[in-house]
Amino acid sequence: MTKNVKQQAGEAKHPLEDLVRMDRIPHIWCSGCGIGSVFSSCLTAIKNTGIDYSKFAMVSGIGCSGRGAGYINIDSFHTTHGRAIPFATGIKMANPDINVIVFSGDGDLFAIGGNHFIHAARRNMDITVICVNNMIYGMTGGQVAATTPYLARSATTEAGNPESPFNLPLLAYAAGATYIARWTMLHTRDLADAIVAAIHRKGFSFIEVLSPCPINYGRRNKEKSIDTLKNYHDKTIIKNGADPVTLDIDYGKGVILGKFVDIDKPTHDEKYRKIYLREKE
Amino acid sequence: MKSAVLTGEHFINGDEACAEGAIAAGCMFFAGYPITPATEVAEQMALRLPDVGGTFIQMEDEIAAMTCILGSAWTGAKSMTATSGPGFSLMMETVGLAVVTETPCVVVNVQRSGPSTGLPTQGAQADMMQAKWGSHGDYEIIAIAPSSPQEMFNLTITAFNLSETYRVPVFIMSDEIVGHMSEKVVIPPAGKIRTVSRPKPKGRKENFKPYAPGPKGVAPMPAIGEGYNVHVTGLTHDEKGYPVMSVDTQKEMMARLLGKIRNNLQDIILTEDYQLADAEIVLISYGVAARTSYTAVQTARRMGIKAGLLRLITVWPFPDDRIQALAEQVKAFVTVEINMGQICREVQRCAQGRARTYFVGHPGGAIIPPADVMAAIKEAMQAK
Ligand code: SF4
Repeated sequence: MTKNVKQQAGEAKHPLEDLVRMDRIPHIWCSGCGIGSVFSSCLTAIKNTGIDYSKFAMVSGIGCSGRGAGYINIDSFHTTHGRAIPFATGIKMANPDINVIVFSGDGDLFAIGGNHFIHAARRNMDITVICVNNMIYGMTGGQVAATTPYLARSATTEAGNPESPFNLPLLAYAAGATYIARWTMLHTRDLADAIVAAIHRKGFSFIEVLSPCPINYGRRNKEKSIDTLKNYHDKTIIKNGADPVTLDIDYGKGVILGKFVDIDKPTHDEKYRKIYLREKE
Repeated sequence: MKSAVLTGEHFINGDEACAEGAIAAGCMFFAGYPITPATEVAEQMALRLPDVGGTFIQMEDEIAAMTCILGSAWTGAKSMTATSGPGFSLMMETVGLAVVTETPCVVVNVQRSGPSTGLPTQGAQADMMQAKWGSHGDYEIIAIAPSSPQEMFNLTITAFNLSETYRVPVFIMSDEIVGHMSEKVVIPPAGKIRTVSRPKPKGRKENFKPYAPGPKGVAPMPAIGEGYNVHVTGLTHDEKGYPVMSVDTQKEMMARLLGKIRNNLQDIILTEDYQLADAEIVLISYGVAARTSYTAVQTARRMGIKAGLLRLITVWPFPDDRIQALAEQVKAFVTVEINMGQICREVQRCAQGRARTYFVGHPGGAIIPPADVMAAIKEAMQAK
């Protein structure tokens, strides 16, 4: 078993070092990128749960955020584009004792992988999905995503995005997720707490984390990293329990953060085992 | 509640026999998506897995089904999915992930006529090249072609054993005709069924290398939750499983992946000889088409023609050496398969011009009449 040592008093190590594949550092993320910060909050949360590390698995898809699984020092899976959730489903259904965390990006989870997201939420698959939403395809050089704001510029929408973005918490809500929250990479403490809660919450948990991609989104849209962070700080409103319909991302009217859904429903593995394997819930 | 092995005589179809073979082999996880003519495999697995404490899940599409069984396989569960042409196409990218991450799993393709939606309820053998080359990049694959419901049972067990031994995806390339045909299937007592499980690591967990080859070039495989902290990626990786974007690592990894199959051909390749010892005309056939070929050999023999059959039980890896050796002795090869010319190219390649090659095919939807094969045999006999 890999011990989860919460306190490492007296050691000069970084407190999260036991959760990082130090032999793979430096990471690939650009300076000014928000993914690393989201990743740290995720590691902090795993540590704070007090659960043995060997009882976790992380699954990622493809993209900048999809590299998360490559740096965490637990059983970790970097799968194909869009398919982290079905891979996670296989793990959870075959071994319900494992806490499965999907760490991936908006393009991966909501364009190519969108179908898997809604079905895992509908089944109430007991996994925790963390979506780093930087509103763009970062790794491939900044093409429009299903989350890119209307009229925003990208490598494939030079004159502005003619499409409308998803309201991700609303989508998760409609599909049946039992825990839904949104934070930004700036809200590290709230985010880590939310991830702890999501891990402990039995059922399909979804956390959207707003995070800048200065290289491929910021540059094209004349938005410096610091401007994005200022937006995260000045133009967000924390409103727990907000109606998911009001959660579209519009800094003009203020972007709502917080925990929107946290309910108890039987999970898919519990239901399957009860109905088919006749195990007590 | 029934047991894992339903010892006795049954009258069941090939799809059901396949599912029973899977359960007997120790399969504990099935993810699928309905598709004709493979649906009965999923239905039977849904019915039978709870008997053995296993898990069935119907996914939202075939991509999800194929990916799901890789996740379950890493928890240690023997895992399977079943599909037909359109679903097989959707699974192809993930097949590559299974190959490169050395994840054991069994994929059943009950072939129907294509391309596209084709003839959904009628058989074909036209996905044979897709099985070999369908996913991008180079890889070796094991593909097995059962000719009867009994073989659907037996060879599904073989498929699991090979998959676990070599940590590879194994295809069962069946077809609608064998899948939907009902025949007697004899299921032996559990003690008489040989099952194999993947090699497991022993010893130190720190700095464990999940791809450091052991015997037969196959690395022991830990399960999620055992504390090995494995990293598994579709990127080119070293023995530790870490991505390394270099030509040397690519070379090393490819040598390991291809070597597992190429260096163990003797152990993997399965063929059946029928009237082959003195044959001048050799039919090459597999799956349901082999049933036609037996009849043709018998008819030819009655006419005094020395015909024989080399039945490919594993189609991939291809028995190059065997065909090359036969090419030195025989007059001609006649490849019989329900497609417009796939495995006949392999036969031609191996014959290297030393024996003539003929092809008896069919666009799909029906079996090949023995008369068509006889016509080719006669033509081969008359050739100078
Ligand atoms: S391209 Fe964008 S998302 Fe990707 S690492 Fe760089 S800043 Fe981050």
